[in-house]
Amino acid sequence: MSLLELRDVSGGYGPVQVLRDLRLEVAEGEVAVILGANGAGKTTTLRAICGMLDRVEGQVFFDDSEVTSRSTQAIARAGVAHVPQGRGTFTDLTVDENLRLGAINRRDNGVEADLDRWYEAFPRLAERRTQAAGSMSGGEQQMLAIARALMSRPRLLLLDEPSLGLAPLITKEVFDRLGEINRTEGLTMLIVEQNATLALAIAHRGYVLETGTIVASGDAAELTADEGVRKAYLGF
Amino acid sequence: MDLFFDQVLNGVGTGVIYASVALALVIIYRTTGLLNFAQGEMALFSTFITYWFTEQGLGIVPALLASVVVSFVGGALIERILIRPVEGAANPLNVVIVTLGLFLAINALAQLIFIKPGQEALQMPPVFPKGDLVFGIRTATVGFAAVLVVECLLLYVLLQKTKIGLALRAVASNPESSRLVGINTGNMLMLGWGLAAALGAVAGTLAATRGSGFDSSLMQQVLVYAFAAAALGGFDSPLGAVVGGLVVGIADALTIQYIDALDGIELVVPFGLILVVLLVRPNGLFGRTIVERV
Repeated sequence: MSLLELRDVSGGYGPVQVLRDLRLEVAEGEVAVILGANGAGKTTTLRAICGMLDRVEGQVFFDDSEVTSRSTQAIARAGVAHVPQGRGTFTDLTVDENLRLGAINRRDNGVEADLDRWYEAFPRLAERRTQAAGSMSGGEQQMLAIARALMSRPRLLLLDEPSLGLAPLITKEVFDRLGEINRTEGLTMLIVEQNATLALAIAHRGYVLETGTIVASGDAAELTADEGVRKAYLGF
Repeated sequence: MDLFFDQVLNGVGTGVIYASVALALVIIYRTTGLLNFAQGEMALFSTFITYWFTEQGLGIVPALLASVVVSFVGGALIERILIRPVEGAANPLNVVIVTLGLFLAINALAQLIFIKPGQEALQMPPVFPKGDLVFGIRTATVGFAAVLVVECLLLYVLLQKTKIGLALRAVASNPESSRLVGINTGNMLMLGWGLAAALGAVAGTLAATRGSGFDSSLMQQVLVYAFAAAALGGFDSPLGAVVGGLVVGIADALTIQYIDALDGIELVVPFGLILVVLLVRPNGLFGRTIVERV
């Protein structure tokens, strides 16, 4: 059984239908990536998982239970951390407060230890601990958003365009860190990304999304080798 | 000079009331992004509740505390039952109209429930003993100021030092991300409205102990001054609300004393002051201009 499964999910915003009978699975411990052009429905797919659409048909399963009609906050508490497009930073709160918010529903006493740990992993955040999050650069804010998600000790991490607005070098660093976290923690991830080359490099599995439905899927290596995918998304 | 200090102290007394209501406005504005036009009348209703408790034989302080608790629950229920259903509406004006409706409805309801026919003004027992404490400063003025300090301290501890306060500030900062970290934003909005109503209960009850009695028009002018105070301090700043409230109170008292030409229309002075401040600092004295990098 997969950790996350979408069975024939359709849905959208108001009268606009974005997703059509979308099927997708992510197994425990793997990194899956969704490729697709602008407007294909990548962000909407992640929002469907988190109960953030006006209407959803079909079923979303997380960790063997159906979460389709649950509220966003309930899905978050069940162990899904979502780093939205544009990072969703609490810009007027401090870096430290942003990280603590990641752990706001945790009842265990490992929060302080986790804080220290992610400060160590992201030293730039430690330097800016008491600074307003909105005053940091885009790359720093992306790291903060990822660290905040990790503070919740999620079972599944959803990332929406982590490279958006970042310089190429910073983007590469972000993906390196994500790959490293997946290897060391075994954290399952589902990443939506325009930069297909970088995303496929750390992914185990890939999906290609077109006009709201999955048109191709497979091993990351297979997809990288696929001529259609290469032409459309990898640019060589 | 004595007269001057008397008037400043007088202004501090009323300023405390404006500041409390302004704080309530700021709390709701920050959590809901809404100007709550019903804030004054909510406080009026709470004041009648305090009065009702004193009539049942409670001392004024226990009656006030009981009223604060009832008001907290009432404020939270107003958010849940009346505000929430229109909040997501396509037109953000809908919710403003609801608060205006509440303004009229709560006032009418208060008169209906609490004022007996033929009754003119009700007498609220004093919270602080009459007379002077030291150097001609009235005990009530010192007491009022102490109440404001306690309110600020409690709010500070709640917002800055507790998990629930962090969640409340998170909702004010970014509601969608708050849901994504698992915060029940609805509960936080109820909490915000509950806190605002509780602050209103204190402000209204203190206001009712001033002067020779109170009726259902008690909070109408107060609300206007409190809006002025919040605008002066910056609608997103609790500190601004407090400073704004005191400045407006003192400016008002001094105008009444010294500027005969404005007799009866003292209101123009605080508003003139605000106009000047907002021309120079459009976000108010303590309001933040948010600078963000993306």
